[in-house]
Amino acid sequence: MTDSKQAKPYINPYLGGALLGVVLFLAFMITGNGLGASGAINRVMVAILELVAPNHVDRVGYLAHMGGGTSFSLESSGVAMLVGTILGGFASGLINRRVKVEIRKGPRITNTTRIIMAILGGLIMGYGARLARGCTSGQALSGGAVLSVGSFAFMFSIFIGAYALAYFLRRLWN
Amino acid sequence: MAPFDIQSLNSTLPYYLIFGVIGMGFGAILEMSGFGDSRKLAAQFYLKDMTVLKVMFTAIIVAAVLISGASALGLADLSRIWVNPTYLVPGIIGGLIMGVGFIVGGFCPGTSIVSASTFKLDGIAFAGGVGLGTLLFSETASFLGNARHATYMGRFTLDELFGLPMGVVVILLVSMALMMFYGAEIAELYFGKGQKVDKKALIPSRRPYMVAAGALIGTALMFAFLGQPSSLDRWESIAKSSGVSLKNRDPYIHPAEVVEWRSDNNVYVRVVDVRSEGDYNKFHIVGAINASLSSLEDINFMKALKQVPDNTLTFVVSNSELYATAAWKRMVGSGLKNVYIIEGGMNKWLTEYPTDPCVAQPITGRKVGTEELAFSFFKSVGDNCYAAHPEAQYKEAPTDCYMEAHPELKNKRMKAVARPVPFDSGTKKNFKRKVKMQKKNSTAGGCG
Repeated sequence: MTDSKQAKPYINPYLGGALLGVVLFLAFMITGNGLGASGAINRVMVAILELVAPNHVDRVGYLAHMGGGTSFSLESSGVAMLVGTILGGFASGLINRRVKVEIRKGPRITNTTRIIMAILGGLIMGYGARLARGCTSGQALSGGAVLSVGSFAFMFSIFIGAYALAYFLRRLWN
Repeated sequence: MAPFDIQSLNSTLPYYLIFGVIGMGFGAILEMSGFGDSRKLAAQFYLKDMTVLKVMFTAIIVAAVLISGASALGLADLSRIWVNPTYLVPGIIGGLIMGVGFIVGGFCPGTSIVSASTFKLDGIAFAGGVGLGTLLFSETASFLGNARHATYMGRFTLDELFGLPMGVVVILLVSMALMMFYGAEIAELYFGKGQKVDKKALIPSRRPYMVAAGALIGTALMFAFLGQPSSLDRWESIAKSSGVSLKNRDPYIHPAEVVEWRSDNNVYVRVVDVRSEGDYNKFHIVGAINASLSSLEDINFMKALKQVPDNTLTFVVSNSELYATAAWKRMVGSGLKNVYIIEGGMNKWLTEYPTDPCVAQPITGRKVGTEELAFSFFKSVGDNCYAAHPEAQYKEAPTDCYMEAHPELKNKRMKAVARPVPFDSGTKKNFKRKVKMQKKNSTAGGCG
């Protein structure tokens, strides 16, 4: 393999964080709001559900407020941001030669285990994100920057939850 | 003044493009920082690679310094910036659940999207899982009932929690983050690289880091020293941009228009009475809230005043216009919408809607326009007389003193006596309608 095909190293985390802070600041100044992802994922799911079972969407309150009646759940600023996030991630991956079909996992588990765990983890995360009214970006990062008390409580809860369980799941990652 | 009124662009292409471009920056930076790699993220929880903590907290403190600075310099109106409302218990439980999901799946929703965008199959699987999880929540949200709204504290920020100025809290936050970074560097040495941590390793030595940390603390100090603008400062900058002019008497509303609004069922009208408690007890408009000028400086009182539906119309009143105008400036400055002043104050109100002459009579020969009540009340009626609710159409029993003045009514059955109104309530009043109901600048929530 030649050098030019090697993935480039990641940038310094503090530099990455500072850049992210500037983007977050600009988001607040331009839109009055921070960043987010999980709400938009929810809306995409509602749109899919709308194709399969539109009546169901209209009947369940939590779904209806996103895609009930004639409203279209993808018509939201969050979904636009989600599309941007995918494009931005892809562009950066392309430039830094990190776009590649692969699975990232700990050395001691199979691909199947990794995928099952990813789906399971995502499921848990998605449920928790809706309960907490935001994910790591929408609640912890954005709320943290504007000093929301709830966001800091939430942020530390994530770290506590993950650290508490990390020892028992060490086989997954080490 | 920032933030821009982006809702005016809603549903247009530029609106979505703006969010799309912000998203691109977000996605690109997450990818560049290595957030597309689940191993790197999970390593955080084995103290081997503290990238997650470093990136997140650097972003938070940089944004917090910039936001507090923009507000201190009068460039941004914080009251129009969305602050995630605090639902303490659901937030903590949700956070704990997400922590579990993080270590099981190796991502959080945003990072899984970035991972998926570079074709990592585990990222795609995780993002799908998140979708299922949000659907599961959608289906079961109704079972949680009100529990998911429990411990709601509204917009509640750290400076309010600690009772410190925002600038000071930002300095504390930056200092805390810097200490965490220091710990993170040592943890990476020990757990990540397996190096022994000796005395030499404990002394911070990397100059660019120290310069950057010093610069950030210095900037935060400067903004803290500048301080956040008071509600009066903010009013001045809002007045400039909104074009509401006191000179043209834009916010002064004739009492008759106030009465008209009070009988409009589509609008929640309230009156904030900033006179002394004594004057308030003598007479006030039905439902008026008594507040002193100094209580309007109190953040919590202001917060309570602001927690109203969008269709709320607030009128401020004092005896004349002086105090009411001062209060109005503070209320507008703290971001309250649809606030107006009752023209001529309570003195004009009582001229337009007089009480029984036996309850109060105008004091003759007093200076017009001073903040003194221009009527002498023979007794305190509070809101228990016609002038306190001219919009009410119902008939009411005459006051005791009215009966004393009209002995001929004595033998008639009291309840049946229609209110003989000796006042000019029925006559049409000449006034220009000025209230323009404004919709709240609603920036919807974080991940919603």
